[in-house]
Amino acid sequence: MTESKPPGGGIGRREFLSGAAVGAAAVAVPAAGAQAQSHAKDHDHVVSASDPAQRVKALESLLIEKGMVDPAAVDAVVDAYERNIGPRNGAKVVARAWRDPAYRQRLLADGTAAIAELGYGGSQAEHLVVLENTPLLHNLVVCTLCSCYPWPVLGLPPKWYTSTPYRSRVVISPRDVLREFGLELSADVEIRVWDSTADIRYLVLPERPPGTDNLSEERLAALVTRDSMVGTAKVSAPATGGAA
Amino acid sequence: MNGIHDVGGMHNMGRIVHDGIEMPFRERWEGRSRALGQVMRPFRPEKRRKNFRYLYEMVPPLDYLRMSYYEKLFDVFVQGLIEDRTITQAELASGRPARGLQRETPRITPAMVVQRFSNTKSTSLRRDDVQVSAGFVAGQPVRARNINPVGHTRLPRYLRGRIGVIARDHGVFDFQDTDSQGYALADDPQHVYTVRFEARELWGADASSRDCVHAELWEKHLERV
Repeated sequence: MTESKPPGGGIGRREFLSGAAVGAAAVAVPAAGAQAQSHAKDHDHVVSASDPAQRVKALESLLIEKGMVDPAAVDAVVDAYERNIGPRNGAKVVARAWRDPAYRQRLLADGTAAIAELGYGGSQAEHLVVLENTPLLHNLVVCTLCSCYPWPVLGLPPKWYTSTPYRSRVVISPRDVLREFGLELSADVEIRVWDSTADIRYLVLPERPPGTDNLSEERLAALVTRDSMVGTAKVSAPATGGAA
Repeated sequence: MNGIHDVGGMHNMGRIVHDGIEMPFRERWEGRSRALGQVMRPFRPEKRRKNFRYLYEMVPPLDYLRMSYYEKLFDVFVQGLIEDRTITQAELASGRPARGLQRETPRITPAMVVQRFSNTKSTSLRRDDVQVSAGFVAGQPVRARNINPVGHTRLPRYLRGRIGVIARDHGVFDFQDTDSQGYALADDPQHVYTVRFEARELWGADASSRDCVHAELWEKHLERV
């Protein structure tokens, strides 16, 4: 494979990034175009703290000018990610499974069908496998090649999940990683790490904490953290005890 | 591709910075960028498009390590727009549409967004339409092949040459490894399996005898032992 030029006559990454940076600067500070250009030439890759914001803004402006993008639609997508799609969905699934043994069985047998009962599904959860943690078995999810994650139940992945340190270490040193997350597992617990290399996505069903027998589904869901559904934490018992 | 993206088992990549932030976007541009990808999707050609993950893996190593997930996604998104000629390099550089260009009409309106997010439209690559026989059955030992393609592959380096056991057959899916330029290989649906690898098989005697890694691999990633 040739180095910086993608094969097939595509443009080189260097040209592309310089162009993007100059374009961004041209929109943000029109008078400083020449200066931005010389800056771009001095560096392989023009990335500074403010750059991504400027480059995204420049691209959005261009696509609006071309008539391809309605900014209100962009607002609506951002809003959907921030309000409707996130780990609160997964927490409801977990709470339902804790309260309803028949649902738990359906969830473990066919995750995709069971989350659809609660209205969740779609891209990145078409083949959802639910992994049940027990006192002697701890499941933990990663994507070593990219950042695959079950969006409909957990939302977009947290920064640590997409980071190289987590992705590199969790398959070789899961116990050390869990310790850093504050979870010390004894040597007799089996740790199963699930590397999401194909189209299967995973949701961990954490252990139900003790003292929660009388809690409503809603209050149970409030205890369930995102990390417990990736497998980097357990669910803690409520601080006040189990009284509902 | 034996690239910087394939990090499973590497050491010294830094501390895991863990915080409890559950908001999906830390900065405004991250959300705008992610959403632009969604609303532009109807403009992207379906055919002869480079594999998205291939483009992501082609980010130069030093940049790959320095850039955040959303920076890389944006980088790849823009490159894709240019490669499929949705925008031109000149337009990007000037920030202005090419002269004489006919204005498009946005294909996704705010009203459509709610619908798009509430329906359960599948983007699955499962191929229930074809009959392909399975080469392996649950419980069977297999070896991950020692392959080193320069295109995109879903067989991570740390599994190559290692022996595992088929845990589950997930049925038939499109093969997602690509040719050397990042384009899909010929239509080649095949079974995908979850394979269990013992930690000691992967990492040697220092690993826990109880621990294991499960990965999903395509038929062509595996061979009989």
